[in-house]
Amino acid sequence: MHMADALLSPAVSATMWLSAAGLTAYASRRLPTQLEEDRVPLMGVLGAFVFAAQMLNFSIPGTGSSGHLVGAILLAALLGPCAAFLVMVSVLSIQAFFFADGGLLALGCNIFNMAFLPCFIAYPLVYRPLADKHLSLAAVLSAVIALQLGALAVVLETSLSGISALPLAAFLALMQPIHLAIGLIEGLITAAILAFIRRAEPGLLGQKSGALPSRGRSAFTPVLIVFAVLAFCSAGFFVWFASSSPDGLEWSIEKLTGQTELPPPEGIHAVIARLQESSAFFANYTLPAAAANVDAESVKQNNAWPNVESSVSIAGIAGALITLFVSTLLGKSLRAYHAAAKRS
Amino acid sequence: MLRLESAWLHLHQFDELATLHTPIHRRHASAKILVTFALLVLTASFPPYAFSAMLPLLLYPLLLLRLGRIPFSPVLKRLALALPFLLCLGLFNPLLDHTPLLVFGSWQVSGGWLSFFSLLLRSGLAVSAALLLLATTGLPALCHALLAWHVPRPLLVQFLLLHRYSYVLLEEMLRTLRAYQLRSNGSAALQRSVWGSLPGHLLLRSHQRAKRIYQAMLCRGFDGSLPLPSAAPFTWLDALYVAAWGTFFLFVRCYDLPHALVTLFLGGRL
Repeated sequence: MHMADALLSPAVSATMWLSAAGLTAYASRRLPTQLEEDRVPLMGVLGAFVFAAQMLNFSIPGTGSSGHLVGAILLAALLGPCAAFLVMVSVLSIQAFFFADGGLLALGCNIFNMAFLPCFIAYPLVYRPLADKHLSLAAVLSAVIALQLGALAVVLETSLSGISALPLAAFLALMQPIHLAIGLIEGLITAAILAFIRRAEPGLLGQKSGALPSRGRSAFTPVLIVFAVLAFCSAGFFVWFASSSPDGLEWSIEKLTGQTELPPPEGIHAVIARLQESSAFFANYTLPAAAANVDAESVKQNNAWPNVESSVSIAGIAGALITLFVSTLLGKSLRAYHAAAKRS
Repeated sequence: MLRLESAWLHLHQFDELATLHTPIHRRHASAKILVTFALLVLTASFPPYAFSAMLPLLLYPLLLLRLGRIPFSPVLKRLALALPFLLCLGLFNPLLDHTPLLVFGSWQVSGGWLSFFSLLLRSGLAVSAALLLLATTGLPALCHALLAWHVPRPLLVQFLLLHRYSYVLLEEMLRTLRAYQLRSNGSAALQRSVWGSLPGHLLLRSHQRAKRIYQAMLCRGFDGSLPLPSAAPFTWLDALYVAAWGTFFLFVRCYDLPHALVTLFLGGRL
């Protein structure tokens, strides 16, 4: 479920980075007062445990395939939401830095999808109320809900970025069922581990009281922070930025309406058509770099999109080849320089 | 999905690479973080069909690989591992987007294929930029720079502890898994009966070890925060490094260099 850098636009990733930074600051501030001292190394060890356990293969009975653990609900059950959130942030960051898993630009999104949603939504709202009486049910249900929310967030973030051409509905239909299965496996593994710990060392599960946010208003503070930041970013500051690249939803609408030749618009279709006209994305869209010598003015005048010209294509490819040639030449000369430096 | 052995080797390899002494390794961590993020944001800001205009950005990973004496193979390996997810999503672009954008005689390239290749190029740039940041800096220096940027100290301590404990735990897990596989008739995946007990035992053992380590740390004066190594100051060379890459990135974003080269070499006869 790691989002990739390549699928994100700067506006979406900056918004999610801001949310993640706010949440991390919030969780870090709450930490020193909540944690007993020995929690600090325990957090390190549990982080390393989750990091390593994500690579364990769990065979799924009757299917011949295997799944693995994500670990946020397990961490939240053992450490409480704030410490678990920080541990997940560290796991995701190490994966992004060392393994380029997800990527640095997408780190904000990944923290939101895989740390915030399980630790601050699924854990307090689903796991906590159920855990005392039905530990396994709590683990399975919270894992399923966390994964479903995470998958939904991935779809929305990707669609808003507008890099992938997959329409929103099709993407949702693809992601949610897969993550239902993954969530079930994640939940069953988490339940099995928690049941084992409750049997073998119940003290480990009982220690978390100090690490829970107090009931009432403050439990929802991180939720409020995130939605406030998201609202602020999307409403104001990033609008000018986002408008430079196509909005995913508009893009899908454009594509769908363009391909299916709908009858003259009425009702909701009329609204969509007006939206399409007002967005006017294709009308003055200077063609991408591969077709770079298209004159923007002529595109505007002809209003014909796309403006296909053979010479433009050849110029693009030739340019690419020359760039690669220059880069290779530079690399070779550097290697020669190194070899000469080593000899001397 | 990562294998335990390869993850362990990978951690080792990148920590060793970070100890090299090259002009790139000597640059301040803050400078490298700035340049990396500038590249990532810039790459993301290109329109979906951009391909050849982004190619000059490959100069960044190529120069760093060469000047920082980082081998190609680990970076390429990570790129290959990141590919399946991208291929799954990216291949929908050619299927859904048939708008012809390039024409070579009778042969047309659709917008979908162009955006697909653009996606692969973006991914290559992002993966190599992240890995090169770490391979030329190292986690302690990176944490030190992040502390100066007001990243919360508990989080940085958590990074460093997680990194150090990863070695211990990955080795422990490798031993346990090897023992399990030798006794399970060759089956690599954990059967349902040990879903809870095997990782549970590992977790309890990790907890025991953490307690012992904590006692040892207390004996050596640990007060809840790890002392971070002091780094060299930010020099004018570092500022020059940021300025040079920044200018280059802006130039690539504003001017289509491959197209300019075509005009230069072929005299705009196309």
